[in-house]
Amino acid sequence: MSKPEKVRLIRMTSGSAIGIDVERTKETSKPGRVHPGAAIENVDKVFKALADPTRRRLLDLLHDDNGQTLTALCEGMAMTRQAVTQHLQLLEEANLVAIVWRGREKLHYLNPVPLYEIYKRWIEKFERSRLGALRNLKTRLEGIEDDKT
Amino acid sequence: MTKPSFVYVTYIATTPEKVWQAFVDTDVMRQYWIGPGAECARVNVSDWKPGSRWEHQRADGTKIVDIVGKVVECILLRRLVYTWSRPQDAEDESKHSRVSIDIDAHGDGLVRLTVTHEDLERDPQMLSGISGGWPKVLSNLKTLLETGRPLPQVSPAT
Repeated sequence: MSKPEKVRLIRMTSGSAIGIDVERTKETSKPGRVHPGAAIENVDKVFKALADPTRRRLLDLLHDDNGQTLTALCEGMAMTRQAVTQHLQLLEEANLVAIVWRGREKLHYLNPVPLYEIYKRWIEKFERSRLGALRNLKTRLEGIEDDKT
Repeated sequence: MTKPSFVYVTYIATTPEKVWQAFVDTDVMRQYWIGPGAECARVNVSDWKPGSRWEHQRADGTKIVDIVGKVVECILLRRLVYTWSRPQDAEDESKHSRVSIDIDAHGDGLVRLTVTHEDLERDPQMLSGISGGWPKVLSNLKTLLETGRPLPQVSPAT
């Protein structure tokens, strides 16, 4: 890939920070490079989507009542329809919201799979031994294994 | 169609063939189908012909059946639909819910897997169990297909 002219010009004026950007551009656009992080999981997108109170509120609304239309979601939000649409778009790109079309109605569903991935990666892994200890304690105190599941 | 109760979507770096196999082949299922709090894997046993019965069996040798249903639709490599109920409700269709599995080649070597569970509102207890179960099962499947490593089997506490 040839370097974009614009970047080169900026680089002349502002040193190393841009240099890093150029390096990164090269890295990600190498032909044939398998980029598992980009399309597969998009953990960054999930965290970014969650790093906003409005979008977390939208997820809460869907958790309370899954499969809502845009109109229904707007009722619970003090902002324009366009703004809600944009937030939903980001949630959709992060795969936190899944769309189902029912006729001409666009229904929004909370998709918890990426949240489970975060749980598995950032909570379960670090908490497993302590959770195991708690479970053993419970077993010992109760005398028998709880099998009422 | 009725309004789905839950929709689960995950993108897996694999082929539609492998995802399909994961839903019809018990040898693959026993490597990933482990729900929350489950002591052993489950397998779905059927010939997967429309109208046939399927059973959600424990893969620990007891073959205890936890869920049963009928195959509604089976389009090779694309779509699998079946009903879902407790064994004791097998004859009572008012308590059946319905699972659709859709497999779409997404490009970039990715497969978009969508699991839709409809009519669960009829059974609140099942609904709460299911809502925790699918994300884990799908996440396990993704791990298996992308890394080739089955999950470590959880040994029951003694």
